[in-house]
Amino acid sequence: MDPSGRRSVTDFAIQGRGVIVAAAGSRAKVLDRLRLGDAAFRQLTRAAAVGVLILLSAVIISLAKGSIPALQTFGFGFLFSERWNPVTENFGALPAIYGTVITSFIAMLIAVPIGLMIAFFLTELCPQWLRRPIGTAIELLAGIPSIIYGIWGLFVFAPFLQQTLQPFLINTLGNVPGIGSAFAGPPYGIGMLTAGLILAIMVLPFITSISRDVFEAVPAVLKEAAYGIGCTKWEVTRNVVLPYTRVGVIGGIMLGLGRALGETMAVTFIIGNAHRISASILAPGTTISATIANEFTEAVGDLYTSALIALGLILFVITFIVLAIARYLLLRIERRIG
Amino acid sequence: MAEQISESRYKRRRRRNATATILALAATMVGLGWLVLILGALLWQGFSGLSVAVFTEMTPPPGAAGGLLNPIVGSLMLTVLAVAIGTPIGILAGTYMAEYGRHDVLTSVVRFINDILLSAPSIVVGLFIYEVMVAPMGHFSGLAGGVALAVLVIPVVVRTTEDMLTLVPNALREAATSIGLPRSLTITRICYRAARAGMLTGVLLAVARISGETAPLLFTSLNNQFWSTNLNAPIASLPVVIFQFALSPYKDWQSLAWTGALIITMAVLALSISARALVATGKQS
Repeated sequence: MDPSGRRSVTDFAIQGRGVIVAAAGSRAKVLDRLRLGDAAFRQLTRAAAVGVLILLSAVIISLAKGSIPALQTFGFGFLFSERWNPVTENFGALPAIYGTVITSFIAMLIAVPIGLMIAFFLTELCPQWLRRPIGTAIELLAGIPSIIYGIWGLFVFAPFLQQTLQPFLINTLGNVPGIGSAFAGPPYGIGMLTAGLILAIMVLPFITSISRDVFEAVPAVLKEAAYGIGCTKWEVTRNVVLPYTRVGVIGGIMLGLGRALGETMAVTFIIGNAHRISASILAPGTTISATIANEFTEAVGDLYTSALIALGLILFVITFIVLAIARYLLLRIERRIG
Repeated sequence: MAEQISESRYKRRRRRNATATILALAATMVGLGWLVLILGALLWQGFSGLSVAVFTEMTPPPGAAGGLLNPIVGSLMLTVLAVAIGTPIGILAGTYMAEYGRHDVLTSVVRFINDILLSAPSIVVGLFIYEVMVAPMGHFSGLAGGVALAVLVIPVVVRTTEDMLTLVPNALREAATSIGLPRSLTITRICYRAARAGMLTGVLLAVARISGETAPLLFTSLNNQFWSTNLNAPIASLPVVIFQFALSPYKDWQSLAWTGALIITMAVLALSISARALVATGKQS
C-alpha cells in the first residue's frame, strides 16, 4: 500500500505471485529488486544467445587446434594426397573427400527429381484430404534415426542390390565405352552406389517438404492466370511455380546436400571403408564422416588422431559453406513471399 | 491444316501432362514405398527378438542370451542429461531473440548460425566434445556424451522457442505491461504460458532428434558392456550398442541389434507424432 491508501497495480502483481507482500515502506526496495531482476533476466537471455555464437566458434577453434599437428606435417598436400597409412603415419584426405562428394552427388541425382515430383504431386494433383497424411509420411522418413538406415542398408538393401541392380548395371552400362569403367568390377553389394542410394532416401524428405512449402506459397493469382489461359497442371508447375520458387527450391536442395555430406552412421555401415579412389561407383570407398566414425577410437598416436580431426574440420567447413548458402537462399525467398 | 497442327500440339501437351502426372505418382509411391519397406523390415526382424528379457537383462557376451537393459538405461540417462543442459540454454537464447532483440543484428546473426548448427554433421560435435572434454579429462564418460547431445538439443529448442514466442500476440504483452508487470515477469508468467505447447513440442523434437544419434556418442560416452550408471565413466547407449552388435559376426548380437533398432524407431516416431499432435491442438485453441 502506498501512503495515500490506494493499492498500486504493481503491488497486486507481486502479491499475486505470492512472493513478496509489499509493506508500505518497502515499495521502493521492491521496485529496485524488480528492476535488478529485470536487467539480470535480460542479460541472462542475451548471454544465452551469444552462447550459441560462442558454441560455433568453439567448435571451429577446437577442431582447428586439434588438426594443427597433421596440417603442420603434411601441409596443403593433406588435401590432395591419396595415401592413408596408419602404420607409416602417412595421411591424405583425398579418398575420403572423393567418396563424400561422389556419394552426395549420387544422392542428389536421385533425390532431387523424386523430391520435386512428390512436391508437384502434393501441391497440384493430390486430393486435399490425402495431402497431410502423405506429407507427414514422407517427413517421417526424416525422423528415422540414421543408424536404422544403416542396419537396414547393410542387411536388407545391400544384399538386394548385389543380386539385382548391380549385376544388371555391370552387364549393361558396364560394357558401354566411356562410362563403362564407372560400372565395372564385381557386385559387392556395399559400396559408393549403395551409400548414395541410402543418402537419397535420407535427404528426400528435406527436399520434398521445403519444395512443397515454397510451391504452396506461390500466389494463387499467378497460378489461376496460367490455368485461365488453358495451361495443364504440369505446365503451371513447370513454367509458373518452379521459376517463381527457384531460389527456395535451390535452398532446399542445398539443405539436403548439407545433410548428405555430413551423414555418418548410415554411410559407415554400407560404404565398405576402403581408402582408395575407384573409378567404379560399385566399388567400396569411404567418406570423411565414415572414416572418423570407424577409426577415431582405434587411432593410436597423436598424428593419426590429428589427421582424423583435420578431416572433421574439412567436413565442417564444407557443410558450413553449403548450409550457409542454403539458408541465405531460403531467407531470400522468405522475404519475397513474406 | 492450321487446325491439324494446333490439334497435334494440343495432344502433345496433354500427353506431356499425363506423363508428368504418372511420374509424380510414381515418385510418391517410391517415397512412401521406402518408408513401408524400412518399417516393415524393422518390424519383421525386430519383433522376433522382442521379449521381456530384452528389458530386464544385460547385454550378453557373444553366443549367450541377454537383453538390452544397460544400454536402454544409459540412453535414458544421457537423454535426460542432454535435455537438462540444453533446454534452459535454448529457451533463454530463443527468449532473447523473440522478446528483447527481435529486430537487432545479434538476433539475425544468431538465427543464421543456429539454423546452420541445426543441420551440422553430428560427428563433428563428437570430435568437438572429445577435444574439449574427453581429452582433458583423460577418459571417456557419460557426462561428455550428455554434453555432446546437449549441443544438438540447443539449436532445436532455440528455433522452436523463438518461433512460438513470436506467435504470442503483442496484445498480451501490452496488457501485462499496462498493469505494471516488469518485462521479465511478462515473459516468464505470460508469454511462456501462452507458448507452452509449442515450446514443449520443441523439447519433444529435440529428444526425438538425439535419441537415435550415434555419431556424437562414439568417442564421448563410448560403450560399456556392464551395468553402470556412473556418469563419470563410459556408459552404454542403445545406438552405440546397435552399431557394435550389427557389425559383429554373431547372430545373437545381430538379432539384438534389430530389436534395439525397433525400440529406438518406435520411440522416435511416437515422439515426433505426439509433437505434431501437440502443434495441431495448439493451433486449434
